[in-house]
Amino acid sequence: MLITCPYCGPRDVIEFTYQGDGNRERPDPASQNFEAWNAYVYDRLNPAGDHNEIWQHSGGCRAHLRVVRNTLTHEISSVAFVRGDHGSSARHKAEDKA
Amino acid sequence: MAEYSAFSLLANALKGNKDWKPAWRKPDPKASYDVIVIGGGGHGLATAYYLAKEHGITNVAVLEKGWLGSGNVGRNTTAVRSNYLLPANTRFYEHSMKMWEGLSHELNYNVMFSQRGCLNLAHTPAQFDDYARRGNAMRHLGVDAELMTPAQIKRLIPALDISGDARFPVVGGLMQRRAGTARHDAVAWGYARGADRRGVDIIENCEVTGFLRDGDRVTGVTTSRGDIRAKKVAVAVAGSTGRVMQLAGVETMPIESHVLQAFVTESLKPFIDTVVTFGMGHFYMSQSDKGGLVYGGDIDGYNSYAQRGNLPIVDEVMSEMLALFPGLARVRMLRSWGGVCDMSMDGSPIITTGPLPGMYLNCGWCYGGFKATPASGWTFAWTIAKDEPHDFNAPFTLDRFHRGLVIDDKGQGANPRLH
Repeated sequence: MLITCPYCGPRDVIEFTYQGDGNRERPDPASQNFEAWNAYVYDRLNPAGDHNEIWQHSGGCRAHLRVVRNTLTHEISSVAFVRGDHGSSARHKAEDKA
Repeated sequence: MAEYSAFSLLANALKGNKDWKPAWRKPDPKASYDVIVIGGGGHGLATAYYLAKEHGITNVAVLEKGWLGSGNVGRNTTAVRSNYLLPANTRFYEHSMKMWEGLSHELNYNVMFSQRGCLNLAHTPAQFDDYARRGNAMRHLGVDAELMTPAQIKRLIPALDISGDARFPVVGGLMQRRAGTARHDAVAWGYARGADRRGVDIIENCEVTGFLRDGDRVTGVTTSRGDIRAKKVAVAVAGSTGRVMQLAGVETMPIESHVLQAFVTESLKPFIDTVVTFGMGHFYMSQSDKGGLVYGGDIDGYNSYAQRGNLPIVDEVMSEMLALFPGLARVRMLRSWGGVCDMSMDGSPIITTGPLPGMYLNCGWCYGGFKATPASGWTFAWTIAKDEPHDFNAPFTLDRFHRGLVIDDKGQGANPRLH
């Protein structure tokens, strides 16, 4: 499985750390809505098909990535920085690197 | 009386193997049943068997999407053990262990249950202390456990590298002598035949495509072979739990599906006569009766329904194997495969009524479902028949996560890929 990091280009999955389901919404830290917290911690969509998930390029640029990957085929249809732009001073785009 | 014998084998061989009788019928689905069990794996078949045998409910259909036993019951590494820390798990898996001990007689089908022991290796003094704690917890509940020294381990497994030069020296181990392995296909076939003989319809190539509803209540299923109604619908689909529950309108579950790979080498002469696990990673190995070393490691670690994995785990498992057994470096791997595991949020299963009226749920087996097969079927049948859990599965509710009653044997938190 290859993941194309927007900063580093296509890299082997071994360079990445899976951080799980990207659909979950963390409640406001001050929230006392237990149901919302329970749902955030325990409940998963776990789809068979396209799955929004978070990976970190821990063996590379260390950016957190929002990846859409098909759980039936392992095919990756999109990779983006979690923060939209990567927010660092290095403003390279994947095209510039290529 | 045994249905298969050396004599019948010889007689049928001489007659060209044309007279073997099928072990179960291939019926067409009826319009309605008392109970439908979705999933023709070990757990679903065991559930149907015990519904018929223990509770007299024989108007039962087992619906299987593919062929019987095509999922995890034929994809696991066949280890059977009950070496857990927490009482809820220990009691449940020890009940299962006791059922394994009589299973071949129960089913009149040789499941080749071999109590060759399961040894967890410790590589640090702290880990050895932790094993002592777990062993004591087990013995407290009447389960056998013993600590072993490196010298005893070396006598048991001569090929193991226990030298001080090993990458992770072995400082001891926790042994459960009654643990072992079983022939996994035979478990599925034995339960299937036993259920079939008691009147259960096993319907293969019948994929559930939706649920029939009357308000909230589940009243049957729609399938690739037509609609089937039932008073009770039981779901025992392991890795496909998320998919099937979404068909019923249950969007989220405390489950993630992950892929676990397993491997077998070419056949060797007798090399290891126990099940051994590595304590500094995640690796376990035994030797099959054919001589192949059967082994596996961690799940790949990302959501997957693909029944196949990627190379980094292959590499990791091989390197763990060589850390323990340097002498296996030139043994060739014969096959590898993957199965989809229903990883729960606390590493423990769910066997419960609900979550919808008329529905019963059995899931969350992580990668330990095979050893649970008898007790899972037995307690699930009880739950379906009596509409309440048995003491053995009462802790394994679906709502335990939201109620703060998790059963987290590993102490890993709500991180299913780490259980």
